[in-house]
Amino acid sequence: MPGKLKAKIVAGRHLPVMDRASDLTDAFVEVKFGNTTFKTDVCPKSLNPQWNSEWFKFEVDDEDLQDEPLQITVLDHDTYSANDAIGKVYIDIDPLLYSEAASVISGWFPIYDTIHGIRGEINILVKVELFNDLNRFRQSSCGVKFFCTTAIPRCYRAAMVHGFVEELVVNEDPEYQWIDRIRTPRASNEARQRLISLMSGELQRKIGLKVLEMGGNAVVGYLQCFDLEGESGLVVRAIGTACTLDKLSSGSAPNTNTHIHPNTAPASNACNSPSKDGKEPVFGEDLPLSSGPPTPFRALPTSSSSPPPFSPCKPCSRQSSSSDTDLSLTPKTGMGSGGSAGKEAGPLKTLLRQQTQTALEQRGASSSGLLLNAREFPFFTLTSFPAGFLVHVGGVVSARSVKLLDRIHNPALGNTRSYKLLDWNSVTADEPETRDAWWEEIRQEIKSHAKALGCHAVVGYSESTSICEEVCILSASGTAAILNPRYMREGCLDIGSTDHRFEEPSPPSCGFCHIPYDEFNMPFPAQLTYCYHCRRQKVPDVLFTTIDLPPEASVTGKGCLIQARLCRLKKKAQGEVNATAISNLLPFMEYELHTQLMNKLKLRSMNALFCLHIQISVGENMLLGLASATGVYLTALPAPGGIQIAGKTPGDLSNEHHILTIQKRINDTIAKNKELYQINPPKLFVLDPEVFGVINMELTEETVGSPIPEPRQRHRLLRSHSESSDELSELDLSHGKKDAFVLEIDDTDALEDIHSLLTDASPPTGFYSCNTEIMPGIFNWTSGVQMFTSVRVLRLSNANLTNQGLNKTFTDLCENLLKSFYFKLRSMIPCCLCHLKFTVAVPEEELIQVTVTAVAMTFDKDQSQEKLTEKPTTKGSTETEEQLQFPLELSTDLSTNMQTSNKISGVPESTTVSPRAASVDYGSFADRCSTWLELLKMKAHTIRRGSVKTSRRTQSLAHPVSSLDRSSPLPEGRSRSLRSNRSFGGSSVPVVKMTPVSFLPGTRIIKYLGIINMFFIRETTSLREEGGISGFLHSFIAEVFAMVRAHVAALGGNAVVSYSMKECVLMENPNKNQAQCLINVSGDAVICVRETDQEPPSVANIGQTCCSSADGAT
Amino acid sequence: MAVELDVFVGNTTIMDEEVYQLWLDGYTVNDAVKVRMEGGVMDECEASADVLQSDTMDQYRTFQMCERLLHSPAKLANQLLFQIPPHRQAMLIERYYAFDDAFVREVLGKKLSKGTKKDLDDIGAKTGVTLKSCRRQFDNFKRVFKVVEELKGPLVENIRHHFLLSDKLARDYAAIVFFANNRFETGKRKLQYLTFQDFAFCAGQLINSWTVGALDNQVEDMDVDLDKEFLQELKELKILISDKDLLDQHKSLVCTALRGKTKAFNEMEANFKNLSRGLVNIAAKLTNTKDVRDFFIDLVEKFIEPCRSDRWTAGDMRLYLTHYTNSAHILDTFKHQVVWDRYMGVIKSCIFKMYHD
Repeated sequence: MPGKLKAKIVAGRHLPVMDRASDLTDAFVEVKFGNTTFKTDVCPKSLNPQWNSEWFKFEVDDEDLQDEPLQITVLDHDTYSANDAIGKVYIDIDPLLYSEAASVISGWFPIYDTIHGIRGEINILVKVELFNDLNRFRQSSCGVKFFCTTAIPRCYRAAMVHGFVEELVVNEDPEYQWIDRIRTPRASNEARQRLISLMSGELQRKIGLKVLEMGGNAVVGYLQCFDLEGESGLVVRAIGTACTLDKLSSGSAPNTNTHIHPNTAPASNACNSPSKDGKEPVFGEDLPLSSGPPTPFRALPTSSSSPPPFSPCKPCSRQSSSSDTDLSLTPKTGMGSGGSAGKEAGPLKTLLRQQTQTALEQRGASSSGLLLNAREFPFFTLTSFPAGFLVHVGGVVSARSVKLLDRIHNPALGNTRSYKLLDWNSVTADEPETRDAWWEEIRQEIKSHAKALGCHAVVGYSESTSICEEVCILSASGTAAILNPRYMREGCLDIGSTDHRFEEPSPPSCGFCHIPYDEFNMPFPAQLTYCYHCRRQKVPDVLFTTIDLPPEASVTGKGCLIQARLCRLKKKAQGEVNATAISNLLPFMEYELHTQLMNKLKLRSMNALFCLHIQISVGENMLLGLASATGVYLTALPAPGGIQIAGKTPGDLSNEHHILTIQKRINDTIAKNKELYQINPPKLFVLDPEVFGVINMELTEETVGSPIPEPRQRHRLLRSHSESSDELSELDLSHGKKDAFVLEIDDTDALEDIHSLLTDASPPTGFYSCNTEIMPGIFNWTSGVQMFTSVRVLRLSNANLTNQGLNKTFTDLCENLLKSFYFKLRSMIPCCLCHLKFTVAVPEEELIQVTVTAVAMTFDKDQSQEKLTEKPTTKGSTETEEQLQFPLELSTDLSTNMQTSNKISGVPESTTVSPRAASVDYGSFADRCSTWLELLKMKAHTIRRGSVKTSRRTQSLAHPVSSLDRSSPLPEGRSRSLRSNRSFGGSSVPVVKMTPVSFLPGTRIIKYLGIINMFFIRETTSLREEGGISGFLHSFIAEVFAMVRAHVAALGGNAVVSYSMKECVLMENPNKNQAQCLINVSGDAVICVRETDQEPPSVANIGQTCCSSADGAT
Repeated sequence: MAVELDVFVGNTTIMDEEVYQLWLDGYTVNDAVKVRMEGGVMDECEASADVLQSDTMDQYRTFQMCERLLHSPAKLANQLLFQIPPHRQAMLIERYYAFDDAFVREVLGKKLSKGTKKDLDDIGAKTGVTLKSCRRQFDNFKRVFKVVEELKGPLVENIRHHFLLSDKLARDYAAIVFFANNRFETGKRKLQYLTFQDFAFCAGQLINSWTVGALDNQVEDMDVDLDKEFLQELKELKILISDKDLLDQHKSLVCTALRGKTKAFNEMEANFKNLSRGLVNIAAKLTNTKDVRDFFIDLVEKFIEPCRSDRWTAGDMRLYLTHYTNSAHILDTFKHQVVWDRYMGVIKSCIFKMYHD
């Protein structure tokens, strides 16, 4: 019985009128956790009740603490009839379960009703007392921290990255239960919300257990998704990257728990007893590797600097020798294609595993199975890494699979669901296994793709589904990469055939561009040149990845958002036929999306894509494909060739002329784009891209490496390539001949394609856009931040249901959305839309829904230009500086280089940053009280105004100083008594910023308070009265934001980072005047302070001062 | 192909002041789009008509959702639904409660009842204010009236605190409430030349000096109702015109003081008795509610018009009234100095304000 949960209901405000006769409400509150319920007294006839209840105490298992939400229901007491529910608040108490985070949840929460939306607010206090429980067989995983952020969180240091964790739970969807026929929509929605909350709690707990068994204490890049499979159930699944994180504190030197073996260490030591760290000797330079028990590798050369049994030797050399050992034992050695090495090394791995995990094995077979899993899938959900972590990047790997959702359970009963009286658990007992197997299949495929690229790991890994009726497309994608094994847990990766990479350490700024595969045995034809940066290693001509731009990468000019959009009609069908049709279409879609991306990339004169995200969405009669990425010009890669137009029938003169015009337009666009994105590669390496060596080739030759329609259901998207006629591998830096990308116009379709290529409008002056965390090439962000969500649904008329028409419609939809954003945010110029995330769906036949979440961030234009001229190719890396505290000294060459280079780019950066924090903002509307501190100052002002006798008003808020002047005792006509000044700027609502990015510019995150993961359902039966479907969704999204902000504020936070809206499912029936919407959002609650400030003022203090002075004034 | 749904929601609520004004002015979405297009906003950011339409719709929706909160502005500061920076909140409130002088001039002194509300379309047509905007303004008046009606304490302060308005706007609302409560006649043709600001100024004077609250600041309706006792006392002033000696004495004192100082001296001397009778009669009659209503029309008819026909300048007026008031103090048989000052103080400033073309 290891936990005591305490809750106190303080007060309510703005309650709705529940009693028409008196225009008042007799409210009381039910507090429920698990099966225990408490009630407050009824507070009669008040819309602003003060309950001030006692502390309600729940004594519960920590397992329940993790799974269950605290459920608070506000009701209206009715003497004669049943009490009416006003609304509910669900509070996830997980953030209270690890000691570093929040210690209390306290604040105003919106009271939410699934039918009426927000109805007033309630002030609640929640605390948890945890008793330590060292039971090894426990089922809970309290203390494991979760982060949505797909990078090492800012105030932590990764002592070790353990690898991939995944889990899924399945249940029957309450919406499809027989009982749904007789219960109210409200009851049904609440059942669903509660179930999902329970399931995600359970899922998180299970993942936590896995992490503990791996020896980690945190999950980074936690991605949880729902699959609403309708009749066949509800799947909640999650993936993440297990890590051991150490908190960085400014005072104490970073240290690790490395001498306690992660496997044997009490699971929660790192977090539950932070004091422990202090006692340990400081091994700042300790390597993760040294933490394992002695293995054969350990016996290898140790450096003199550190004593055994810790053996942090020069990792570079040691690592290579360890790999050598590995290789020597591996039947297949050498630089040959690394693809198959893994398999044959199987027995060896098992052996190693036995040796390394003896401790673990004692804990039971299941745990070793777990580890096996982690090793089996060397996947990382992270998208940005500390410098030096990524050694090489191979390219994008993806896999898709079309599955039929079995109607199962009771096939005999067919569609009638009224018979499903069975217990959920018994029905769904074997379900997770099916789903697990599906994902397992896909992950295997991804893994083999990565191997084919000579890579041992997949980074920026993500999974998604698209469901339409009973067809489900499962997708996974990531970037094949070679990671620096120093940061990795022993045996986590198969470091087989890649040793040669370590012989010659690559310069940090271009190393990741170098090919990981063997140039004589390439997995696909690619054109290689020597790296334009170091000239020592080979690089491909184009690089596609799903990760963020590595901090050390050097970029020329700025980046931009590149999207490929595609619609494909398909026949309506059922079951197998449908699934087959879809899986036949998929390869063509991928191919076309890929071609579009490549063309658009060339058109912008860029050579790499980051954060590539391809979504394929299935509807009843069409498939939608949307690929988004951020294009950049990597200095290390060769300049892209142009685009050459060729006609099929060269004889036709009019056609010839036509082609010439198009060619000219394309060339103009390229030139314009180069100027726009400031792409002026250093002259030393510039190949004049103006000169196109024209190689007229058939487009079809491009198929190399791109997915050829295969009978398989899954297929891969390796980096496909323009072409290269000759296998020229004698690489000549000065070769002036550059292959142009050839587009052939042989029919109208191709013509349309080219037109659509040219219709993509570039953002208006003052705007940039990207889907990476920040815009490559912009360094000086100011504090203006505006996160937004936009949803658009388009109804297609029957007339234009052709592929071409649809494509145009879809493209216009996306382009118009972007234009709308630019217009709406014009007051923030100069600014950049970052982390643009587009999600497409086909909610019904003939409907296309696009949901976008992004953040607009302001930057200082002048400085950025200055910066550019000064240093056109360095990437600012201030925000990663902390992460550099990764063990660095070890690889002499590599990391010293890295360090210096980072210092160089880092120092001027920070000097430019700090003065700016205090300087003017660009008058952005979001900005006036943008930071927390400003708000506090403002509060202070208003408070002062309140207590001085003021008869002046609140314009002052915009000009606090002048207001103070004015409010100084003015001769008033007559002296009259003053009532308390209801000061309004000192609003009791704290400002909470939200951003999909992992940081807030100009601020420093000092504390992560826990993960926010919320699921809401809203339904209406009076759609017209709520302003139609737009009005309905508008207020729902605003309500969701409000609830997220309230939860963060109650945890003591002032911002949400890595925010994302993962689900927005909208269903409407205008004829019945009804609509329903489900939204799932997540993010990390944090406290951040202005970069210039050392310690944050305590919130509580401010609050008290605020109260007391307000009282004083009364 | 039609846009079925189109929303944009920012974490910080995005509001364009220009669109807000159009919304307040009662423009429909389509009209607002036209106005914006003509305003040249399209040139910014290469926007198209579609973009403008969508943006306007979004903003209108936001304003509609906010309107409920604006009805009790204090809520705006501690609601959780919209994250609006305080200076924007102030702007929203101030603009929402702002009104057209032309419109308020029409309803000033009228009962804020359903009946008046029905006539709003006529008023709208007359003043060129859209019906929607008229309704908002009218409802604002009514809402403020209802809230302050039940409160103790100073009127302007109450309005300012409950509706978080600027001092200026709060004073205007106090005037509106005061006029509506006392039902002053302002609609007569002879009063048409007076602006709302003239009346608002006079209301301020009356509130400050003639109401119950002028003496005691914790009475209910202190600023809304005139001080009955004071009105009763005003009857005593009649002696100034009923006692012939006093009247002559007063006249000679004033004329001595004025002689040679103004071109209009002759007219002043000739009209003295008439003018004095006019002012004192107004005072004496104020116990009747009916006559209170006609206060302004009486001022104009009995005093301002005769002076204007004699072509007094504003300076003449000032000079005359100052001496007229002060001379009464020298009259040894006149015992009602305090009441006289309280009466003439207001009358003087009202007439100064109202004496224009």
